[in-house]
Amino acid sequence: MTPEDMDLLAALGRARAGVRVETEKPYLVESRLAPLARREGYESIDALIAALRAQREERLIWAVVEALCRSETTFFRGRETFAALRDEVLPALSHRRREAPVRLWSAACATGQEVYSLAIAANEASEVAAGTRFEFFGSDLSERCLEKAQAGIYTQFEVQRGLPIRLLVKYFENQDDTWAISPRIRQLVRWKRINLLADLSPMGRFDVILLRGVLRTMDAALRGKVLQSLVERLPSDGVLVLDPEDDVSGFADVLAPGPGGGVYLRDPTTLSAAA
Amino acid sequence: MKTCLVVDDSRVIRKVARRVLEDIGFEIAEAADGMEALAWCRAAMPDAVLLDWNMPVMNGIDFLRQLRGEPGGETPKVIFCTVENSADHIRAALDAGADEYIMKPFDGDIIEAKFAEAGLL
Repeated sequence: MTPEDMDLLAALGRARAGVRVETEKPYLVESRLAPLARREGYESIDALIAALRAQREERLIWAVVEALCRSETTFFRGRETFAALRDEVLPALSHRRREAPVRLWSAACATGQEVYSLAIAANEASEVAAGTRFEFFGSDLSERCLEKAQAGIYTQFEVQRGLPIRLLVKYFENQDDTWAISPRIRQLVRWKRINLLADLSPMGRFDVILLRGVLRTMDAALRGKVLQSLVERLPSDGVLVLDPEDDVSGFADVLAPGPGGGVYLRDPTTLSAAA
Repeated sequence: MKTCLVVDDSRVIRKVARRVLEDIGFEIAEAADGMEALAWCRAAMPDAVLLDWNMPVMNGIDFLRQLRGEPGGETPKVIFCTVENSADHIRAALDAGADEYIMKPFDGDIIEAKFAEAGLL
């Protein structure tokens, strides 16, 4: 890849998804594009980029942008964060909502591990009010990821990262070397392709929004904008879950640190107030 | 320092597991079958046991059932590490008192994650 190729990729990543392409790490960029080039039938990454320049075809542009955004995910990533959601956040919200559903959104769900972990955590939470309805949404920029997420089928390697063995045998069924999430969990989740740079107001309100592994990959100028539009989706007692290292200094007046890593409360009294 | 008894009839697997576990701070003892492992445990009960299923002389599940009946045998965290990867095998292991379960092939990340899951890290 030439420096001009890198510049093209960086411009596309920024304009389409707000993602900062790590031009200083060409090996990383190449490792993400190589499988795409193969899948699309190009003999090399250079051939893929040449086609990108020559055709300017929307489908191929998005395939490249999605490949550049690929993020790693595991079940129950951030054990303490999920423990806090299960033991404190979800029970508190269930008592506050009563009749209304508690809505949770994994806003960059990748291949689905995060939103399925949420659904399992809600099912495992013991202090939840009787009759609470949880609604789960998973969204991602990548159609390819969403397809895998929706199928809910994982390799032996994937189910051994973060998932306690008791939860594996309780919530998955094994078929040869793969494990499928049980239908009763899978059918709780709705899926949609969402670009977080778009207007998110049609999404409605969410009581809990998770956005992890994303802000740090974004162009600095766009992080605040994305955070702002997510905060606007939260009710006054909503909860936002980010990576512990994400910078929220510009949002100190609307986001108070909560329990577990990266958990922020719009109202610091949400978890302590009597239901 | 916490101790871990690595029980596997394959010397190669024991060596790989030893390297990973030493890196995360365990002192390692090795046994090649369940009977040898029991002798180890009677002499000095380890904090953790990484346990293969299929072994000559005494297999992993028979070892585990016997261990849990020994004085002090309920304290070690036992993590299976085996090619047996069906839900039925996993349930049988949990019923016999296993704390976690690794399906081979494994890598260092999986061992570390599972030891954390078992509360050993």
